[in-house]
Amino acid sequence: MSTLIDNVMSRARRLGVPISVQLDLTYRCNEQCVHCYLDHGAASEMTAGKVKELLGELAEAGALFLTLSGGEPLLRGDLFEILEHARKLTFCVRLKTNATLIAAAEADRIASLGINEVHVSLYCSQPALHDRITQVPGSWERSLNAIRLLRSRGQNVILVHIVTSLNAGDHQAVQALAHELGTGFRIDATIIPKLDGDRSTAALNVPHAELVEIVTNPAYAGSADEFCVPDSAALDEPLCAAGHNHCYIAPDGGVFPCVQLPLLCGRIGQQRFLDIWRESPRMKEIRAMRRGDLPVCSQCSHAASCWRCPGLALLAGDLRGPSVLDCERSYARTGVAPTGWLRTD
Amino acid sequence: MSEKYIARSNGIAARVLDGETIVMNVADSSLFTLNEQATAIWEAADGVTPLREIVSRVICQEFEVDFETAYRDAEEVVTGLAAHGILLVSESPIT
Repeated sequence: MSTLIDNVMSRARRLGVPISVQLDLTYRCNEQCVHCYLDHGAASEMTAGKVKELLGELAEAGALFLTLSGGEPLLRGDLFEILEHARKLTFCVRLKTNATLIAAAEADRIASLGINEVHVSLYCSQPALHDRITQVPGSWERSLNAIRLLRSRGQNVILVHIVTSLNAGDHQAVQALAHELGTGFRIDATIIPKLDGDRSTAALNVPHAELVEIVTNPAYAGSADEFCVPDSAALDEPLCAAGHNHCYIAPDGGVFPCVQLPLLCGRIGQQRFLDIWRESPRMKEIRAMRRGDLPVCSQCSHAASCWRCPGLALLAGDLRGPSVLDCERSYARTGVAPTGWLRTD
Repeated sequence: MSEKYIARSNGIAARVLDGETIVMNVADSSLFTLNEQATAIWEAADGVTPLREIVSRVICQEFEVDFETAYRDAEEVVTGLAAHGILLVSESPIT
């Protein structure tokens, strides 16, 4: 059954409105998670003034759902100035953070601003392994303290559990911890290669048995429909939301169809957002693609149900080819080998 | 009959999509769509203009409906949105 949010997203896609935007404010981070896809080197960052100007353009373009992320956004001393402006423009703001820099004063400000959700990554129910993954001693304790501060102020918090080969098997305990803390819980079992092409993090993907348990277990995934199956099976459907009703903006103002689709379409500061969104040839190319255009995936028995990510396919070598990680998820869910795995020679 | 003043709540997110306003109560993520008339009321909800004047000046003129019908419908919309924390309603101006 279609919900109101599905209806809104679908209308935005039909109208070509970028209703959902992820804006990374910095790539700097005070954690060094072993599976992270970002290069935390010194990338340039838009000033608060430029970000606020951009937010005005995004509101004008129809953006409503704004995810502010990083890197660690609280490393920016002007984060609250940006948050306040975003809320003044009536964005629905979701803040992704490791929360280690949130003390009582920051929790007060976040809770008073009307932030829809604060997403905090937690890798383990126990401190030692979490800290090993973040490579920062004491990070688990600081994240947990911040979550408690936020929750005590009534702030919605979503605990995001990214499963890797290092922390596999702990998700039930993390979910129980989320319940105890009064937070939402999301699980993500996909470790993507680094955006600079380094594939070393792929080795951290969870073992098959663990993946099967996650992608077939409604207790973690919500409904199987929501977790694994796209809304429509039609081959004339777009590949995903990227470039249709969603886009990603990097700290330096680079505009992309999605954070996982590293195809630079233009740069804020050189062009207005709406000009990039409407006129970029790459944005138009992504927008024109349909599932039926994919030579291998369109023939696959999972074509109707695979949650194929074009960005992961691109990182695997071919935007129009199979995404190996999604092939694995389809296999884990059904036990049927996807076409992307079959030899063609 | 006492006046009613209406103001948009601070705890909302909102955007106009194809002539309709999408409004979310950010505390509980409940989402609503406002039709054109409800959108007109929403946009005029500045806390200091009486609802009666909003209906008369905006709804009756823009949508060509009689005042009694428009005011009854507007009260219903306002009551519903207030119940969901989307609008604030008071018998005195909201500043």
